[in-house]
Amino acid sequence: MDLYRQNILEHYKHPHNFGHMQNADVVKTFFNSACGDKIIMELKFEKKSGIVENISFSGEGCAISQASASLLTDEVKGKSVEAVLKFQTQHVLKLLNTALTPSRMKCALLPLEAIQKCILEGKTKKMV
Amino acid sequence: MIHVNKIKHDFPIFKRKIHGKPIVYLDSTATALKPQCVINAVHTYYKKCTANVFRGIYTLSEEATAGYEKARSDVASFIHGSPEEIVFTKNTSESLNLIAYAWLPDHVGNHDTVLTTIMEHHSNFVPWQQMAKRIGYTFQVWNCDQEGIFSITDLEKLITKKTKLFALTAVSNVVGTINPIKKITAMVKKINPSCLVVIDAAQAVPHMPVDVRDWGADAVAFSSHKMLGPSGMGVLWMKREHLESMKPFLYGGDMIKEVHIQETVFHDVPHKFEAGTPFIEGAFGLGAAVGYLKNVGMANVRSHEKELTTYALQKLKELDGVSICGPKNAEIHAGVIAFRMKGIHPHDIAQLLDEDNICVRVGFHCAMPLHEYLGIGPTVRASFNIYNDKYDVDTLVQGLKKVKKMLG
Repeated sequence: MDLYRQNILEHYKHPHNFGHMQNADVVKTFFNSACGDKIIMELKFEKKSGIVENISFSGEGCAISQASASLLTDEVKGKSVEAVLKFQTQHVLKLLNTALTPSRMKCALLPLEAIQKCILEGKTKKMV
Repeated sequence: MIHVNKIKHDFPIFKRKIHGKPIVYLDSTATALKPQCVINAVHTYYKKCTANVFRGIYTLSEEATAGYEKARSDVASFIHGSPEEIVFTKNTSESLNLIAYAWLPDHVGNHDTVLTTIMEHHSNFVPWQQMAKRIGYTFQVWNCDQEGIFSITDLEKLITKKTKLFALTAVSNVVGTINPIKKITAMVKKINPSCLVVIDAAQAVPHMPVDVRDWGADAVAFSSHKMLGPSGMGVLWMKREHLESMKPFLYGGDMIKEVHIQETVFHDVPHKFEAGTPFIEGAFGLGAAVGYLKNVGMANVRSHEKELTTYALQKLKELDGVSICGPKNAEIHAGVIAFRMKGIHPHDIAQLLDEDNICVRVGFHCAMPLHEYLGIGPTVRASFNIYNDKYDVDTLVQGLKKVKKMLG
């Protein structure tokens, strides 16, 4: 099937940036109650330059949400927080490079929502 | 004895092929497919007698009223109640909310208790949980064991004179447990005769013979769409004495006898609880659905689904890495099976099964407290109806093998 392309399966089976980090600035847990996904997002900022210095994720999710988190964490690492806040749906879909049915959209987008909410919290707490 | 091929013929949706393949529908717990007679009945209202009910002094309106009220008596006799105890609502949730809003505030105070169970669908859980915040009563939950079976001894300790309402599902929409309602109700009434026993029968009425009098409960709620009828149509059966003493739930047209500037005299039961123009075509459809099920015979429905459940439990058990929720014995396990596959997310399972038009449901099935309590995370759920056969189970098993090959 088109949805489970090789690159998605690869990221699902061997996700990048999976696990925990030491000294994270923000750690937040997110749920997708519709399908029971849980994602813990951890970010560390470089305050001076306003970039995402390090990022990791953990939790449980379907292949789409795990692959999306793997690809997205790669993508945002080293990017400015302002640029990441501007990421939209299209950006994620391009990274995944697959055809998503409407019911799977939430799975693909949860990691982005998680990252952006972590950044906003970081900003509120003046960590970035 | 049910002849599935003959039954399938009555459901026009099976003529449809998606990507050239037939539909394997295993999600009847969410909603049931519709037979031609139900579709015809809805059409009849549109084509033959569209008119508002009750007020028209002309043939069309009289026929519409007759059809609407016939549905009420058909539903009543189907569950062994009387027509004036049947309130038409929009679904099971609304039926239960009717009790939460129209009965509960006048009968439960802040020193009292309302008891429900961990097995409930959100619709029989959230109303009681939320009203507790408003009224201040104690909200209690009866827990089952890991297999989804209740211990009556635990209930004996939970029910007291302060328990004013007890809400319980007849059949779990996740683990499939068939609860012994008669026995449970008798136990509750023995300890506290004035405790209102409310049964969510959304998964029972469509799948097995139900006799509300025999159950001994005070109120029974269910939905039309799960019993082959139209969606947007629900039923609340409630003992007449309760309906008589309760204030209306919704105010407006149809539910009144007289309205003056300062006072209103409400209509008799059950009309007192049916404000506004009802879902007339929905009632026509539900009446036809009840007729269809009666014709098949509810004992036949149950024995067919029991046989299928036994078969499916066995076949799924043989699959490596599959863990099944709920009772192992089909005698107390209705035609709904929730399971997990080691290391594979249910969402991915459903998506891959969809390639072969195998329709299952994944997630928490509107029963998050149960999943949390059992500590199992989201599940895959396959459920059966009269139009399913062993071939559907085999197709599911083949599909799961494919999923395992790809993602396992």
